[in-house]
Amino acid sequence: MIERKIMVKVSSLNKSFGDLHVLKDVDLQVAEKEVVVLIGSSGSGKSTLLRCLNFLEMKESGSIEIDGVQIEPKSTNLNVFRQNVGMVFQHFNLFPHKTVLENVIEAPVVVKKVPKDQAIAEARVLLEKVGLADKEAVYPNKLSGGQKQRVAIARALAMKPKVMLFDEPTSALDPELVGEVLVTMKDLAAEGMTMIVVTHEMGFAKEAADLVVYMHDGQIVEAGKPMDLFTAPKQERTRSFLQAIL
Amino acid sequence: MSDISNFFSRMLESYPLFFEGLLLTLELTVVAILLGIVGGLVVAFFKLSNSRVLRAIAGVYITLIRGTPLIVQIFFFYFGLSELGISAYWCATIGLALHNSAYIAEIFRGSIQSIDHGQTEAGRSLGMSSLQVMRRIVLPQAFLRALPPLGNQFITCLKDSSLAAFISSSELFNIATAQGARTFEEMTYLLIVAVYYLVLVLIFQGIVHLLERKFSAGEERVKTYDRKKNHGKGQLAQ
Ligand SMILES: Nc1ncnc2c1ncn2[C@@H]1O[C@H](COP(=O)(O)OP(=O)(O)OP(=O)(O)O)[C@@H](O)[C@H]1O
Ligand SMILES: [Mg+2]
Repeated sequence: MIERKIMVKVSSLNKSFGDLHVLKDVDLQVAEKEVVVLIGSSGSGKSTLLRCLNFLEMKESGSIEIDGVQIEPKSTNLNVFRQNVGMVFQHFNLFPHKTVLENVIEAPVVVKKVPKDQAIAEARVLLEKVGLADKEAVYPNKLSGGQKQRVAIARALAMKPKVMLFDEPTSALDPELVGEVLVTMKDLAAEGMTMIVVTHEMGFAKEAADLVVYMHDGQIVEAGKPMDLFTAPKQERTRSFLQAIL
Repeated sequence: MSDISNFFSRMLESYPLFFEGLLLTLELTVVAILLGIVGGLVVAFFKLSNSRVLRAIAGVYITLIRGTPLIVQIFFFYFGLSELGISAYWCATIGLALHNSAYIAEIFRGSIQSIDHGQTEAGRSLGMSSLQVMRRIVLPQAFLRALPPLGNQFITCLKDSSLAAFISSSELFNIATAQGARTFEEMTYLLIVAVYYLVLVLIFQGIVHLLERKFSAGEERVKTYDRKKNHGKGQLAQ
C-alpha cells in the first residue's frame, strides 16, 4: 500500500462537559483521501469528537493536527482554519432566508472574498454535481430533506475544504431519501475527499469506508477495515454493538 | 341641531387642524420607533453579551424604564432638556424613543435567541466570524421574526404619543384639548380625536396582520440570478 500523508491526526484528545468526561485520550489518524466511518451508541462522544476537530467545541487537552499543522485556539486563527474543514449537520442548518445558490456562495463571497460572479459559477458546478442545478433559485423550505442535505454538502464544498465531517447526515431523513444523500457522499469519496462520517448506515460503511472506528464511552474501542470489523470484531463490546444494530 | 350632526360638522370644519396634529403624531411615533430600534438593538446586544457588566447595565436600564410611568419620563426629559434649549417636540421624541428602546430591546433579545443555534454553528463551520454570522445569518432572520411585535409596539407608541400633549407639543391630543377649551365643547373634540386614533390604530393593525400572515406562510418567492449577464444583482421573479 502506498504511504499517504496524514490529513487528520488526533492525539490524546480529552474533553469534558462539567463532570462528564466525554472524550478520553482519543487517538485517531486519517490519511489523505481516506474515508473513516465512526460508529457507536448514543452518547459515546462521536459528535463531540467531530465538533472538536473543527473547534466548534474546544478541546481540553491533547493535540489536533490538520494537514500537518497543529491547531491551537490561542495561536491559530480559527476562522481561517475552519475553511479547511467542512461540516455537514444532521439537521442541515441551511440558511432559510437565502436561496439555494445564496446558501452556497455565502461563505466564499463573505469569508474568502471571491468575486460574486466567480462564486456563482463555482456554485453552479457544485449544484450540478449534487444534482440540484434546477433548484438554485428556490428557498430551502421548498426542498425535501434529501435535497436540503445535498445543498448543505455543496455549501460546505464551496469553501474547498481539505476534510469533510459528516454528523449523522441521513438520520433526520425519511427512509426513501437516504439513498440520494449517500450516493452524493460516495461520489465525493470516489473523488478523493478525506471524510470522517458518523452514521448508522452500515451499507455506506461497507461500500465507502477505508476504516471503521467503534467508539464507546468516550474511547475508541476498535478500528479496522469494514469487512474485518463487521465480520470478525476483536472486542466483545464491538460484537455486542454490531449484533444490536445489524 | 342634533348632537350627531354637530359632531360631524365640527369634525369637518376642524379637519385641517387635526390633520396637522395627525402628521405630527405620526412623525413623533415614526422617529421615536426608529430611534428606539437603534437603541433597542444596542441594549439587546448588551443584554446578550458575555460581559456581566454590560448585561447588568442593560438590565438596570430596562427595569428603570419599564418600571416607571411614561408620563414621568416625558416630564423628566422636558424639565431636564428644555433648559438646554431643546424644543418640546424633541423632548417628547427623546422620551418616547428611550421608553420604546427598552421594550424593543426585549423584542430583539427574544427574536435573536429564538434563532436556532445550528444557524450559528453552520456559519462558524464555514469560517465566518461571530460578527459576520450575527450580521448576515442571525439578524436578518431575527428582524423578520421581530416585525409583528415591532408593529404592535408602533401602535402602542402611537397612542402613547398623546402624552406629549402635556408638554405642549401640538400633536393630535393637544389640538383636541385646545379646541375643547376654546369652544367649551370638550366632549365633542375628545370624541373626534378618539376617532382619529382609532382609525390610525385600525390601519396599522391591518398592516401588522398582513406582516404576520406573510411571515407565517414562509417564503413563497423564487429569486433568480440572470444567467447571461451576472452583475450579481438578485432579481425577484414570480
Ligand atoms: N454541550 C454539551 N454540554 C453538556 N453535555 C454535552 C454537550 N454536548 C454533549 N454532551 C454530552 O456528552 C456526551 C457525548 O455526546 P455526543 O453528542 O458526543 O454523543 P454522540 O455519540 O454523538 O451521541 P448521539 O448518537 O446521540 O448523537 C453525552 O452524554 C452528551 O449528553
Ligand atoms: Mg451525535
